[in-house]
Amino acid sequence: MANEGAPAHLINSSTGDWEMVIGMEVHAQVTSKAKLFSGASTEFGAEPNAQVSLVDAAMPGMLPVINQECVAQAVRTGLGLNAKINLVSVFDRKNYFYPDLPQGYQISQFTQPIVGEGEVALDMDDGKEIRVGIERLHLEQDAGKSLHDQDPKSSYVDLNRSGVALMEIVSKPDIRSSAQAQAYVSKLRSILRYLGTCDGNMEEGSLRADVNVSVRRPGEDLGTRCEIKNVNSIRFIGQAIEYEARRQIEIIEDGGEIEQETRLFDPKTGETRSMRTKEEAHDYRYFPDPDLLPLEFTQAYVDDLAAHLPELPDQKKARFMKDWNLQHYDAEVLVAEKERADYFEQMVGLGAEPAAAVNWVLNQHLGRINKEGIAFEDAPVSAKANTAILKMTAEGTISGKIAKDLYDLVWETGGNPEKLVEERGLKQVTDTGEIEKVVDEVVAANPKQVEQVKAKPQTLGWFVGQVMQKTGGKANPQMVNQLLREKLDVAES
Amino acid sequence: MSDPTRLTIAETREALTAKAFSAEELAQAHLDAIETGNAALNAFILPTQEHALDEARASDERIAKGDTRPMEGIPLGIKDLFCTKGVRTTACSHILDGFEPGYESTVTQNLWDAGAVMLGKLNCDEFAMGSSNETSCYDPVINPWRRDGSDAKLVPGGSSGGSASAVAAYMCQGATATDTGGSIRQPASLTGTVGLKPTYGRCSRWGTVAFASSLDQAGPITRSVRDSAIMLGAMAGYDEKDTTSVNVAVPDYEAAVGQSIKGLKVGIPKEYSMEGMPKEIETLWHQGIAWLKDAGAELADVSLPHTKYALPAYYIVAPAEASSNLARYDGVRYGLRVEGDDIIDMYEKTRAAGFGAEVKRRVLIGTYVLSAGYYDAYYLKAQRVRTLIKRDFEQVFEDVDVLLTPATPGPAFALGEKSGDPIEMYLNDIFTVPANMSGLPGISIPAGISGEGTPLGLQLISKAFDEEMLFRVGHVIEQAAGKLPEPEDWWSVS
Repeated sequence: MANEGAPAHLINSSTGDWEMVIGMEVHAQVTSKAKLFSGASTEFGAEPNAQVSLVDAAMPGMLPVINQECVAQAVRTGLGLNAKINLVSVFDRKNYFYPDLPQGYQISQFTQPIVGEGEVALDMDDGKEIRVGIERLHLEQDAGKSLHDQDPKSSYVDLNRSGVALMEIVSKPDIRSSAQAQAYVSKLRSILRYLGTCDGNMEEGSLRADVNVSVRRPGEDLGTRCEIKNVNSIRFIGQAIEYEARRQIEIIEDGGEIEQETRLFDPKTGETRSMRTKEEAHDYRYFPDPDLLPLEFTQAYVDDLAAHLPELPDQKKARFMKDWNLQHYDAEVLVAEKERADYFEQMVGLGAEPAAAVNWVLNQHLGRINKEGIAFEDAPVSAKANTAILKMTAEGTISGKIAKDLYDLVWETGGNPEKLVEERGLKQVTDTGEIEKVVDEVVAANPKQVEQVKAKPQTLGWFVGQVMQKTGGKANPQMVNQLLREKLDVAES
Repeated sequence: MSDPTRLTIAETREALTAKAFSAEELAQAHLDAIETGNAALNAFILPTQEHALDEARASDERIAKGDTRPMEGIPLGIKDLFCTKGVRTTACSHILDGFEPGYESTVTQNLWDAGAVMLGKLNCDEFAMGSSNETSCYDPVINPWRRDGSDAKLVPGGSSGGSASAVAAYMCQGATATDTGGSIRQPASLTGTVGLKPTYGRCSRWGTVAFASSLDQAGPITRSVRDSAIMLGAMAGYDEKDTTSVNVAVPDYEAAVGQSIKGLKVGIPKEYSMEGMPKEIETLWHQGIAWLKDAGAELADVSLPHTKYALPAYYIVAPAEASSNLARYDGVRYGLRVEGDDIIDMYEKTRAAGFGAEVKRRVLIGTYVLSAGYYDAYYLKAQRVRTLIKRDFEQVFEDVDVLLTPATPGPAFALGEKSGDPIEMYLNDIFTVPANMSGLPGISIPAGISGEGTPLGLQLISKAFDEEMLFRVGHVIEQAAGKLPEPEDWWSVS
């Protein structure tokens, strides 16, 4: 096991230490125009039942035809997870009755998935790298949606999602803490978004996780696990695991036994509750779908997809560190979101100095975005505008303080930074005579302070503040400093 | 004008071109035959008179312009398993009560594109599950043939009993049918008609109500081998909507009819000689061997050692697939719905009311053999047997061109005679099931008359996609058998 021998995340209890063992099944909606086995659209937000083909509605005599783009997306994802691609895989039927499953079976892959074992590397906040094994990835159909709140007596069914392609990505039980589980889903999401194989939108349900949790004494055999179904945010994944692990420990410490079961996480209470026990589990009667031949493709097909794979977060991080000397942490934060990394790269491409750009993007830009609570790509300040701001700062056209004001101005007005500097007279004053005039005025108007500064040179800052105030922050601070020292005869500290 | 219903498709084709009668007159003559005869035979469950006459008139316009297609104006019956746009399609099951598809099956669309005319929808066993057409929710079909000196109603076989009976009773010139374990060849044998099950993948399954997906195959029932070739030519072809259909060019099947069989090697599989088989079946088989020998073929005794496992393995694979294929009939979206206290109750009440006993039996068997703990012992083992059966055929076809066997273990039986004993009923398909399990094409040719005065057929099986061989050799048997007696018309009321 990749993560063995890292017993750092123990839960301490009065009876001794406990270790969590976590495995994840992530369902990721494949980015594709059409569904897995029909030509119906997959776009989110359409009127109920507007995107349903005869196949999706399981009309008599209808047959599934595999969507090649979904196959390519699954292979790309497998490659991005450093996984074995299976040149032959088989679609099976998973049989059960439910109104949002029109066929009475879900077409999935059971014994022969399209992607086999792989691995994902996680950078944890403590600087350690964790490796989580991927057990498999398979393609399957999503179900429709039952609507129970439309009518007092009946339920309604929306089949828009019925038949949409999902990738189920199953990890090995290599995860040992809720933080690792969250880092795993974040990383997986990041890889999928880089690949363009899943939009990773957890709110719209494009990415959701089933979490398998068990606890054991360090070094002992695996305990009985419980599966928490359909957790749809990274925060909830953390909460669900923490609650579930403690629930299990409490039961065992009280002399009880864990019952293998499927549980649901309730975000309102932060608790998990039983959904069905092992005895109530379905017998899905899997068998190969006779409507579909085994899925076969060549190694050349895989190689071609591999050759056109985009740069992935780990590769990008390494490149940023090598080419631009970025700190590991900064590079990690930058590449976590593709939009962020692209934005940064765009700025550097436009001539921004990398060290200044990373600092500016992660602090000024991201800080404002987080404060406003909007998506990165929705921020009104473009990479071009930010580059212009940084360039003007570097050239001494504006001061660092003005740069921040200017940024806010661009955010609010959407204007061009260079024009704004001109129009609003924000240019840094570097004319010695002009600055000297103000310095002289300040010195002349404050004889008491002039006396004071001779005894306490550190009070020079008060004069600097006065000058800056009088010039509206536009005076070059270094020049102000230097002139004041000369006039007041204060040595360089 | 002589009665056009008595003509074959090939003869009608010429008569229409020669304007001996119009397509409209032809359609009307058949509609009249249905009108007078169907009450007794119950072959048609939904005649489509207006549609038929409209289409026939359109054919007449084309004929007038000399713009005819391969099956221009030919009146056909359509098994109720084929979805027909705007025309009720139920697979003869209550569960699909009132269902009118908004789409046309690929096979029927191909036929309409070739100029054929639909007379109506034909009765069949419910979801094609049966060998006597007694499981239909529209009541049984009656065979136009009767035993000598008896008025007892005989079954036409099944599941394509309506197709076979309608063609034998001159109510249509040809009919679509489907064959999952013998459902084309067995009724053809019991009604003195020609029934062809093509190679799996030859005809598209799109739009045909599924019974067992890996076995189902559409084919024609006709009154001559040439007609069978004409009809298959129109029905067959690759369909991108069915990924199990095979992209092999459709040859000129008719060209194979009449070709010499001199030097062809015909295999006689010894396993088809079963204990307890009626003497007259054995005799007919030997007669067939003699005919082919006389025509210059070489005969060879061959062995298909796993034949005896075919039927039991079939009755695992077919119900397994059916149990899953029929899960969509849940009362939620179309067909019958019986309201219940909650969703489970609605499912249970709907399916209890909608499915007949035989369908329920097979859904239960199928569910059982796929269940955890039984899958390996039943389903997986049956699939292995299937591989062995396929291999048997592959080995034999290295040495021979075609196989000759009896089509059925006996002639038509009486209504109710076997319906009480499923196993005895299932045994009807003993000679036909191996071709389904191996995906190979098979044809039943009328070859003789039983001691009871009812027809008997011989079966030919060939290599995959070598239907031409079946037409070539089948035509020789047809010629050698000569003109067989026809059933005396007792069913028409004037």
